[in-house]
Order: sequence, then C-alpha cells, then structure tokens
Amino acid sequence: MDVSLTWYLLVAAALFCMGLYGVLARRNAVAILMGVELMLNAVNINLVAFWRYVRPDAMAGQVFAIIVYTVAAAEAAVGLALFIAIYRSRDTVVVEDIDLMKG
Amino acid sequence: MTGVEMREFFFNLTWLIPLFPLLAFALIVLWANPNRKLSTWLAWIGIGLSWLLGWTILFLSWGDIHHLTPPEGNHPVPLWTLPTGSSALKIGFQVDTLTALMLFMVPFVCLMIFIYSKGYMGYGTAQVDSRYSRFFAYISLFACGMLGLVVSDNLLTLFIFWEIMGLCSYLLIGFWYEKSYPDPKRITPKEAGLKAFLTTRVGDVIMLLGLLLIYSQVGSLSFMDVFSHETLDMLAHKTVMLPIFGSVPVATLAALLLFGGAMGKSAQFPLHVWLPDAMEGPTPVSALIHAATMVSAGVYLVARSFPLFAAVPLVHGGTQLAVVAFIGAFTALFASTIALAQNDIKRVLAFSTISQLGYMIAALGIGAYIAAVFHLITHAFFKALLFLGSGSVIHGVEHGHHEVAHGHHGHEEEAFDANDMMNMGGLLSKMPRTAWTFIIGGGALAGIVPLAGFWSKDEILAHAWHEFQHGHDFGTFWPLFVWLLLTIAAALTAFYTSRQICLTFLGRPRTEAAKHAHESPPSMTWPLMLLAFFALILGLFGTPWANQYHHLIGEAFEATPFDPFVAGLSTALAVGGMFLGWLVYGRQPLAAGEVDPLKRWLGPVHKVLENKYYVDELYQLIIIRPIIWLTQIFAKFDYDWVINRIVNFAGEATVFVSERWGEFDLVIVDGLVNLVGRAGAAIATGLDVFDLGIVDGIVNRVGDGIKAGGRFLRPLQTGRVQNYLIVAVTTLIVILGLYLVLPIT
Repeated sequence: MDVSLTWYLLVAAALFCMGLYGVLARRNAVAILMGVELMLNAVNINLVAFWRYVRPDAMAGQVFAIIVYTVAAAEAAVGLALFIAIYRSRDTVVVEDIDLMKG
Repeated sequence: MTGVEMREFFFNLTWLIPLFPLLAFALIVLWANPNRKLSTWLAWIGIGLSWLLGWTILFLSWGDIHHLTPPEGNHPVPLWTLPTGSSALKIGFQVDTLTALMLFMVPFVCLMIFIYSKGYMGYGTAQVDSRYSRFFAYISLFACGMLGLVVSDNLLTLFIFWEIMGLCSYLLIGFWYEKSYPDPKRITPKEAGLKAFLTTRVGDVIMLLGLLLIYSQVGSLSFMDVFSHETLDMLAHKTVMLPIFGSVPVATLAALLLFGGAMGKSAQFPLHVWLPDAMEGPTPVSALIHAATMVSAGVYLVARSFPLFAAVPLVHGGTQLAVVAFIGAFTALFASTIALAQNDIKRVLAFSTISQLGYMIAALGIGAYIAAVFHLITHAFFKALLFLGSGSVIHGVEHGHHEVAHGHHGHEEEAFDANDMMNMGGLLSKMPRTAWTFIIGGGALAGIVPLAGFWSKDEILAHAWHEFQHGHDFGTFWPLFVWLLLTIAAALTAFYTSRQICLTFLGRPRTEAAKHAHESPPSMTWPLMLLAFFALILGLFGTPWANQYHHLIGEAFEATPFDPFVAGLSTALAVGGMFLGWLVYGRQPLAAGEVDPLKRWLGPVHKVLENKYYVDELYQLIIIRPIIWLTQIFAKFDYDWVINRIVNFAGEATVFVSERWGEFDLVIVDGLVNLVGRAGAAIATGLDVFDLGIVDGIVNRVGDGIKAGGRFLRPLQTGRVQNYLIVAVTTLIVILGLYLVLPIT
C-alpha cells in the first residue's frame, strides 16, 4: 500500500498541534517540556518524510533529524535541571507561579 | 633479521648515541639533582647505553668492513635541512670506519671514567663533593659533545659539538672555582678555566673562518660533498690572493684554517698553554677531557678532513701538511722536554699528553693516517689509565694527609700539595693495584714491547723513515725531520715516565701523608684494571704483520712495512730511557727534601724547562699586558681625557639653557595659559544658565515621558512564559492567515 507524503505531513501537523497545546495550556513545567518534545518529534517526522519522498539520494534529512534528537536530549537535560533548581528555591513547578520577570 | 638488515637497523640508530648522555644531563640538572645516588646512576646508564650501541655498531661491521667504507658505506642518517639562501645546510649523522673506531674508544673510556668518578668525588664518604650531582651532569653533557662530534656527518654540527665540549671543559676545569692557593703565582681553577676557554677560542675562531671559507666555496659543509673528488679538485685548483703569501690554493688555506682549530683543541704549540693549567680540574676530568677524548678531537678533525689536507701536494705549493708536520713534531719534542722538569704528577702527564698529541699531528703531516689514528686510540686508553692512576694516588695521599692531620689534634692545615711527586714515594706497597696498573700505563706510554704504545708509536716512526727513504709525496726533508724529532722525544718520554714511576711508587715515603696512604675504593681500581687490560692488548691488533687498524680504516692507504732498524732503535731508546730514569731516581731513591739530581746537572736549563720555556710569561708580556695597557689607555681616554669632558660640558650647557627657558616659561607661557583659563571660566558662567534651563529641561522632559510610557506598558509583562507564547503563536497564526488571504505576488 502506498502512503503519500500528505499523510505523513498530516500526522506531523497533528502531533505538532498537540505539542503546542500542551506547551500553551499545561501548568506543570514538566508537562510543558513533554509538549516541546512532541513538537520536536513532529518536526523530525517532517524531515524524514521529506527526505524519503523528495530527495532520497541526499542524507541531509536523516542527519538533520539526528541532530534534532541530540539537541532535544540536551534541551531536556538542561530544562529538567532548571526546573529542579527552581523547585528547590521556590517549592513549585507550576509555571503560573514562576513570574519573577513580572514587570 | 638478516645480518645486513640488522646492521642497517643499528646504523639508523646512530643519532641516539649522543642523545643518551644528553638526556642524562637534562634529567640530572632538572630533576635528580638533590639525589646523589640517582644522579650517578642516570649518568652511568646514559653513557652505558651509548657504549653498548657504539660497540654494537662497530662489531656488527667488523667482519664485513666494506659496508663502512665510503662511498657506498657512509650511512648518512639525515635529520633535517636548514635553508640558507640559495643553498641548504643538511644536518645528520653518519657512521664510517673512522667513526666506528672512535665509537670503540670514546664511550668505553667515558664509562670507565664515569664509574671511577663515583669514588673520586667521594660518594658515601664524609668528604663527598658538595656539587657531586652537578659534576655528573657536566661530564654527561661532555660525553654528548664528544659522541656527537664523532657521529656528525658535516662540519657544522661537528663545530657545534666541538663548542659544547669547550664549554664543558671550561665548566669542569673551574669546577672548584672557590679554591685559592696561598702562593699568588699559582693559577687557581677559576683562572685556569678562563685561560683554557680563551686560548681554545683563538683556535676556534680560526676554524670557524675555515668553515665559512669552505661553505662559501662549496655551498655545503657535509663531509660527503666537501671531500668528494670533484670538490677537492676544484678547491685545489682555485686560488685566492692573500696579503703576504700571495696566491694560495683554496684547499691549502681551508686546511690551514681548520688546523687552527685543531691546534687549539689538541693543545699544539703555540696554543698549548691552556692544557697544563687545565689540570686544576678534578682528576677524572683531566683523564676524560684533557687526555683521552676532547683533546684528541683536534686530531680527529685533521684525520676526518685528511682528504682536504692531502688535496694539494707539497710539490704544487701545498704547504699545509708541512705546517702540520712541523707543528706536530716540534710540539712533541718541546712538550716532552718540559715534562722532564715537572714535579706535579698531573702536569707531567699533561705535557706528556701534549707531546703524544704532537706525535699524532706529525704523523698526519707526513701522511701516516693509519698510524695516527692507531696512536689516537691506544693513547686514549693508556693516558686515561695514567690519569686515573694519578688521581687514585692523589686521592690516597690526600686521605693519608687527612689522617695525619687528625692525628695531631687541632693541628692547623698547612699548605700541602698532594699532587707533588716530591711528597710521595714508596706507594707501591700501599696502593698495589694503582701502582701496577700505572706501571703498565707508563710502559705503554714509553713504548715498551709489547704494550699498546709501542706498536702505534713504532708505526709512526716506521712510516716517517719509510717516507724518507722512498717518499715521493712529501719530499724527504719533512719525514726525516719528523722522524728525528719524534725519536728524540720517544727517548725523553721513556725517561720522564720512568722518573715519574720511581718518584711516586719506589723508595720510601717522603712525607707522613704518603706513609698513611691507602688503596682507593674498588669503584676506582676496577676501571684502572680494565683500562690496563686494554693498554696491554690493544697494540696487538695493530702489529705490522696483521694490522687490524689498517684493515679497518685505511684500505686506501699504503700499509707501512715493518722496519727492523726503526723498531730496534725505538725499543732500545725506550728501554734505555727507562733504565736511565731508574738509574737516576730508582737505584737510590730520593730522600725527603733532597734536590732533584736533574736540577744539579742541568742547572739553568732545568730552570727554563721547569718554567715551560717561559711561554706563559712571554704571552703575558706580548699579549696580555699590551691588551690590559691598551684598555687602560682607553679607560683613561674615556674617564679623564675626552669623552667624560665632552659629556660634562654638554650637560652643563643643557642645564644653562634649560634655566633660561624656565624663566621664559614662567613669565610668558604661564601668563598666556592663565589668560585663556580665566576667559574660559567667564564664558562657562554665562553658559551655565542656558545649560540648566534649556538643556536640562529637554533631558528631564524626555526622561519623564519614557517613565510614563513604561508605567503604562508595565502590566503587559506578566512574567508568565505561557502568556508570551500565546501572544507569539497568535501573532504567527495571524500572519500566516494574512499570507493565505492577501494576494501576495
């Protein structure tokens, strides 16, 4: 069975929207981070799909996806570390309470 | 590995030979310095590895010597190339037969002396030298210099290592630099080091000129290029104009300039004055540097560049070999006469060294290349032996002296010279090992059959005689001259050697110190015995009937036939000289305080000999004093007469002018400045009003406006990240929507 590129893009878009919703709507910082991961993965699906259907001869799509994974891992590590630090100093990971930047 | 591959493998390691002692030097200086034991071992291991590698290289090629003879057997190991203008200096190492032979002698003698030094510098005793580790560092550096010199494949690195040795020589002669003597005329170690350094520097500068000449003519300093047939031919036919000598072949001039360096290093007349005073250094140093190895570097240089020396024959105006022969033969005789009248045990040996080096130089001067190298090798062994033996004697007598001084409680240390043979006597029973090895070495020096010195010395004399009878290349005059002078010197050598042995070892002790002398520790006597073994057997490899040296280094040269007349005469002279010495000094040993019989018989001649023909005094008079006088004149010129006056006048004039300028400055310039200042203040007061009212007003209004704007916009900044994100996403969606809706071309 042939699955066309459109389907992949649709799945990726759906995933992206879920992630975006999570990032915007969730109060828990860890959940926001998970939303970010969903968005990144949506991007990865796009990258790999475009590679497969548009330029299968070039490795750029795959390589870029791997780079995204790497960055995602680093981002998760840094993000979690930040949250732990915030939790230690303010006893919360609810983002609405974290408003140090308030004008 | 096959034999050939193994040989190649070791030949390519040649560059490691000088590196081991250099590493030992660096490690001792930088790290092991406080630990005497570690320093000793580092030095021993460094030279030991070089020794093993050197002997491996020699013996691997012994059976099949053609692998070492140029041109195919030169084995250059190029290391790096220095571009210099249009040509390039190639630097590297090589092994050929001459190098291999030197590698037989140098590292072994060095190793023996390194081992000996441990005992001599008092390791593990109360009298241990305070700079013990430094001593081992210096001698390691020296070993690096000598080994580097013999494995160099070009004149430049040869010269560099040559200078490293010069530096080490200086450092080690002045090793006990704080020492001073009650007799103000006696040279101190510090002065002796300086003297050695400056005297050899004269030769080195001449040698450097030689290198420059060769480089300018040939464009290369590597032995392969310089000593190739074409180059030598070119150098022999090209001439240069000199002020007094007229037109001279370049080869002659270059050879003579190189010989200048050899004269300095190998202490040939007239640059010999430094070597006797170099005996102020520790005795192992005298043995290592000033008898066995470094001083033979000059002979090595002449032997190495022998093709250059032989490029222009005497009949075609090539005077270089005649000069070499003359200097060598003259020095040999000259120094051996001085040795007759010296009482310092080391100084006798020093003059003997000068004399023997003269033998080698003279031999090279008449083309006896093999004999010269042969003598170089045997001499290194037996002279190192003699020096170490004398060091052992001095060590023993010094300890005896300490013992006596301790016996007399609180006795003041009076001036006692442990080097003076007149303070010795009867040491044969006190120090049997030292004495017997010393006698073997003395026999080798005097040329007693069948010890090493006999064969090499006899080969030189036989060659000279042979050249005189059949010679064509060197005429007949120079070989006869050399033969005559060297034969007389041989007789004198036997006499002073016998005198030395008798005064030191025979008879009864002439002082309390000699009475209490003891044998030295085994670390000192073992090297003596090993060296004595070589002094016994080395000559047997060079007999006229089966000359291994000829086989090894000089297939290109004609072998010297055995001459019964020369051999008989030199044996007779050696035995006769020694017997005469025994008659004078041995049959009726001198009592304490007795005058040397030679002094009675020779009278004023003895005085001249004792003072070394007053050469030092002559140099003092014609070189050193005029220079000091000239510098004093210049100093006077500087301080009292001209320069200081000019400077002072200029200074005073400057002060006067600056005072006048100062007045001008105070009155006029200051007035102007003050005027400008006051005017500026007045204008500023006027502007002040404008500034406060208008400028500040504008600034304040602007500030207030921004403040109000900030207060108005402040609630937007909620501090919640999600709010910002929502704004961003919404904006993005709106823009994307516009993108879709609006007609964008």
